[in-house]
Amino acid sequence: MKTFAGFICGLIFGVGLVISGMSNPAKVLNFLDIAGTWDPSLAFVMGGAVLVTFFGYRVVLNRASPMMSGVFHLPQNKDIDGQLLTGAAVFGVGWGLGGLCPGPAFTALPLMSTGIIAFFPALLIGMWAGRMVPGILAARA
Amino acid sequence: MTDFTPWTSAFGGALIGLSAVLLLALNGRIAGISGISSAVLPPWGERIANGDMAWRIAFIAGLFAAPLLVQMVNGEPIEQTVSGNIGLMVVAGLVTGFGAVYGGGCTSGHGVCGVSRLSMRSILATLTFMATAFITLFVMRHVVGV
Repeated sequence: MKTFAGFICGLIFGVGLVISGMSNPAKVLNFLDIAGTWDPSLAFVMGGAVLVTFFGYRVVLNRASPMMSGVFHLPQNKDIDGQLLTGAAVFGVGWGLGGLCPGPAFTALPLMSTGIIAFFPALLIGMWAGRMVPGILAARA
Repeated sequence: MTDFTPWTSAFGGALIGLSAVLLLALNGRIAGISGISSAVLPPWGERIANGDMAWRIAFIAGLFAAPLLVQMVNGEPIEQTVSGNIGLMVVAGLVTGFGAVYGGGCTSGHGVCGVSRLSMRSILATLTFMATAFITLFVMRHVVGV
């Protein structure tokens, strides 16, 4: 059941991305282009998503536990550190270059454009590196 | 040019929020795409033994199925313009993937779920990646002219 729930959540998430227009990198890049062909749609996507999540999370977290799992797995890390800010800054550069964050990269892949076929494997390699580097740095320190 | 679509974008956003709420209510998990997808990559370690791989792979399968479902229901292709500059897209992919995982989240994990939890980490991360994305786009389009 946990697996089926995962599929349904991924499907709803992906349909949301496609309907909102965020699976189209041109729309994301135009959001970032205030000085040019500005399209403010992305702010409405974030607004709609945060509004539902903000209130929905409060209802859900009033329960003792999730329905199909023992505990809520919430991030425990509270540190504002160099890794957080460096990672976010680097991610923003990539997002500004390609107009694709990880979610839309997944919903764009089945449409098989040349750009996404180049982007997707590189995204996975970058993610893998992002997971390995903290361990390598810690081992050296 | 792309059309400004406040209503469909807000509705699509609300669906993203619904998915995040459901994933927490059902599986007790945060709907962070970079977290979910990077955890599926090797090395797997204890994740396989803990039985936390299957729902992640299913979530990703749902993401892949979504555009195909929308196309089938709408009966027309999804509007999408992706740069055909292969070098640029490879660099963009590497940088996006590395930054998202190194920084502990992307637009979904930090931007939607973290901001909704009023996490200071996520709010700062979101402001940071928004700022560098705006600067990068400005430099690429209005200074370099790509």
